[in-house]
Amino acid sequence: MTDEPVSKAFDEVGREREADTFGMWVFLGTEAMLFGAVFVAYTILRLKYPEAFGGGSEKLSMWLGTLNTAILLTSSLAMAVAVESAKAHALPFARRMLWITALLGAAFVCVKGYEYFDDMQKGLLPLLGPFHYDGPDSAHAGLFFNIYLMMTGIHAVHLLIGISLVVYLALPIRIPPGRQPKRIESVGLYWHFVDIVWIFLFPLLYLVHP
Amino acid sequence: MTLAAPDRSSYWREGAGIRSWLLTTDHKRIAWLYLTSLTAFFFIGGAAATLIRIELVTPQGDLVSDDVYNRLFTIHGIVMVWFFLVPSIPATLGNFLLPLMLGAKDLAFPRLNLASWYVFMFGSCFTLYAIVAGGVDTGWTFYAPLSTVYSNGHVSMAAAGVFIVGFSTIMTGINFIVTTHKLRAPGQTWFRLPIFVWTLYATSVVMVLATPVLAATLLLLVLDRIFGIGVFDPTKGGDPLLFQNLFWFYSHPAVYIMILPGMGVVSEVIPCFARRPLFGYKLVAYSSIGIAVFGFLVWGHHMFVSGQSTYAGVVFSFLSFCVAIPSAIKVFNWAMTLRKGQVSFDTPMLYALGFVGLFAFGGLAGLFLAALGIDVDLHDTYFVIAHFHYIMVGGMVTAYMAGLHFWWPKITGRMYSEWLGKIAAGLMFLGFNLTFFPQFILGWLGMPRRYHTYPPEFQVWNVLSSAGAVVLAFAYAMPLLYLTWALFWGKRAPNNPWEASGLEWQTTSPPPEHNFDVQPVVTGPPYQYGGQAAEETA
Repeated sequence: MTDEPVSKAFDEVGREREADTFGMWVFLGTEAMLFGAVFVAYTILRLKYPEAFGGGSEKLSMWLGTLNTAILLTSSLAMAVAVESAKAHALPFARRMLWITALLGAAFVCVKGYEYFDDMQKGLLPLLGPFHYDGPDSAHAGLFFNIYLMMTGIHAVHLLIGISLVVYLALPIRIPPGRQPKRIESVGLYWHFVDIVWIFLFPLLYLVHP
Repeated sequence: MTLAAPDRSSYWREGAGIRSWLLTTDHKRIAWLYLTSLTAFFFIGGAAATLIRIELVTPQGDLVSDDVYNRLFTIHGIVMVWFFLVPSIPATLGNFLLPLMLGAKDLAFPRLNLASWYVFMFGSCFTLYAIVAGGVDTGWTFYAPLSTVYSNGHVSMAAAGVFIVGFSTIMTGINFIVTTHKLRAPGQTWFRLPIFVWTLYATSVVMVLATPVLAATLLLLVLDRIFGIGVFDPTKGGDPLLFQNLFWFYSHPAVYIMILPGMGVVSEVIPCFARRPLFGYKLVAYSSIGIAVFGFLVWGHHMFVSGQSTYAGVVFSFLSFCVAIPSAIKVFNWAMTLRKGQVSFDTPMLYALGFVGLFAFGGLAGLFLAALGIDVDLHDTYFVIAHFHYIMVGGMVTAYMAGLHFWWPKITGRMYSEWLGKIAAGLMFLGFNLTFFPQFILGWLGMPRRYHTYPPEFQVWNVLSSAGAVVLAFAYAMPLLYLTWALFWGKRAPNNPWEASGLEWQTTSPPPEHNFDVQPVVTGPPYQYGGQAAEETA
C-alpha cells in the first residue's frame, strides 16, 4: 500500500487521514448548529401553541414514522458494520454493507414520500393542498404542519446527499484501497449524524401529546 | 491576468494564463482570486455609500427617492458585510499566510479552498442580480415581517446570495481549523503560534458555529416569503422576534468574525515596528478566544427596544460590558508593547496605530450602547452607525490595509512607494474621523438612521461627514493604484524587508509554489525582537 496523500499539504498519508476525520467532525458541528436553529424555532412555537402542536401531532401517521425510524436505525447498523469491516480490510464485504445502507436510506425516502402524499390526501399539508383539520386550536395547527414539512424536508435533503455519498463509495471505482477505510468512516459519521437528527425529529413531531 | 510580474521560481511562475489561475489549488493563488473579487465588492459597496453621502448633503430628498435610498443602504450593508468584511482578512491574507506561518505547504484541504471561492462567486451572482434587477429595501438585517410579507424588493434573491456565500465562509473556517491543528511545523506548539494564527483560529470557530444559524434563518425567511410557512409571520401565529433572535445570534458573533483577524494583523505589525516582543502574549491569545466565546452571549443587545423582557435586557447589557474586558486587554497589551520600544513609523505601522486609536474609540462608544438605559435613547440613531463604522471601517479596514502593506513585499516580491503609503495612511485616518465623528454628534442630537431627509439644523454635521467621505474615497483609491503599480513595476523586495520574525519571512519573496525549500523547524517563542522573546511557559 504505497498511496500518496491526496492533498499536497501533507507529507504522509496517516496525518492526512486524521485531518479528514477531524474535518468531518468540525463539519458535523456546523450541521448541529444548522438543525439547532430550526429546533429553536420549533420549540418557541410549540411553547406558544401547545394545543395546536399536540393536536397536529396526533394526526400524523405514527405507524409510518415508527417504520421509518426502524429503517433508519437498521441502516446505521449496516453503516457501522461497513466501517468496521473496511477497517479490517474486508472491502468487498464493506461494499455490500454500503449497498444495504443506501437501499435502506432509499426505502426511508420512499416511505417518507408516500407519507407526504397520504398527509396531503388527508388535507394536512396546507402548503401542498387544501387544509382540513378538526383538532384543537385550528388557527395555529397549519403552523405545526408547515414546520413538520420543513423539518422533515431538510432532513430528507441531508439523507439524499448521504445516499449519494454512500453509493459513490459502494461503486467499484478505482480508489486506492488504502484510502477507502477512512473515507467510509467519514461518510459513516455523516450518516449517523443524519440518523441522530431523525431520532430527535421523531418524538418532537410524532409523539407529542396534548 | 497573465502577469509578467515577478521572478525566480515563485508561485507566480507556476503556469500562466487564466486556466492556471482558475483551476489552481495553491492557497497563495486562491488568496489572489479572493483579493480581486473582494476589491471589486469593496468598490461596489463604496459606490452605494457615496450616493448615500451625496444625498445627505442637503436636508431634502433631492438626489434619490426614499425607496431608492432604502435600496442604497441595503446594498451597501449586504455587500460590505458579507461580500467584503467577513471574508476580507481571512480569505485573502489568512489564506496566503496561514500555511506560511505554520511552515506548511498548503491548507489541509486545497480543493475545498478553491471550491470556497467558486461558491463565493456563485452566491455573489445572486446578490448582483438582486442589485441589477432593482435592489432590496429591507436593510441588511432582513427584519421580518417586512422582508417576508411587505417588501417589494428582491429579498429572496439577495437572501439566497447571502445563504450561499455562508457556505464558502464555513468551508474556509473548517479548512483553517483543521490546518491549525494538523499542519503546524515541528516544534510549533500552540503557544509558539503567532497571534495572527490565534485570531484566525478564533474567527474560524465563530464562522463554523454561527454561519449555519444564519443559513437556517435565511432558509426559513425565504420559505416564509415564497411559500408562506409563517414561522415569522404574526398573522399566521409566527414570531417576528424569533427572526431577530436567530439573526443576531449569527450577526453579533459575525461582528467578531469581522474584527478578530484585524486584531491579529495588528499584533504582528506592532511588535515588528516597535522592535519588542508582544507584551503579554498569552493573555492576547486567550483574549482572542474569550472574545469569540463572549461574542455568542450578547446578541440581545441589538434588541433592547424590540420587546424582549427587561430581565433579558439587563443580562445582555451586563454580558456586553464583559466583552470590553478581553478587548481592552488587547489594547493595553499593544500599548505596553510600544512602551520603551524603538518605534519606527513605516506605512504598516501607521495603519496599525490608526487601528488601535479608532478601535479603542469605537469600543468605548460601544459601552454607551451596551448600557441598557442609554441605548433606549440612542437606538437606531447615527450614534450606532458611527460606533460600528469605527469598529468595522476604522478598525477592520484599517487593519486590512496594515496587513496588505506589511505583507505586500512577501506576497508580490515588490516594494511600494513608502511616501505614497504614508500619505494614504494619514488621509485615511483624517478622512475617516471627519466622516464618522460628526455622526456621533448627529446621533446624540437624535438623527435617526435610514432616512433620506432630516431637519435643517442637522445639515452642518452632515456636510462635514460627506466632506470627510470625499477624503476617505480618495484615500481608498490611492492604495489600489500604487499597490497595483508596485505589483508590476515596484522595486524588488528582499526576503525580509522589515526584519520581522515569523516563519513566513524565512522563505523567498514571493514564496515558491511549495512555500519552503526546507521544512522549517520552530525552536522558540514568536516575536523574537530586540534580543528578547515573548514569555513562554510550557
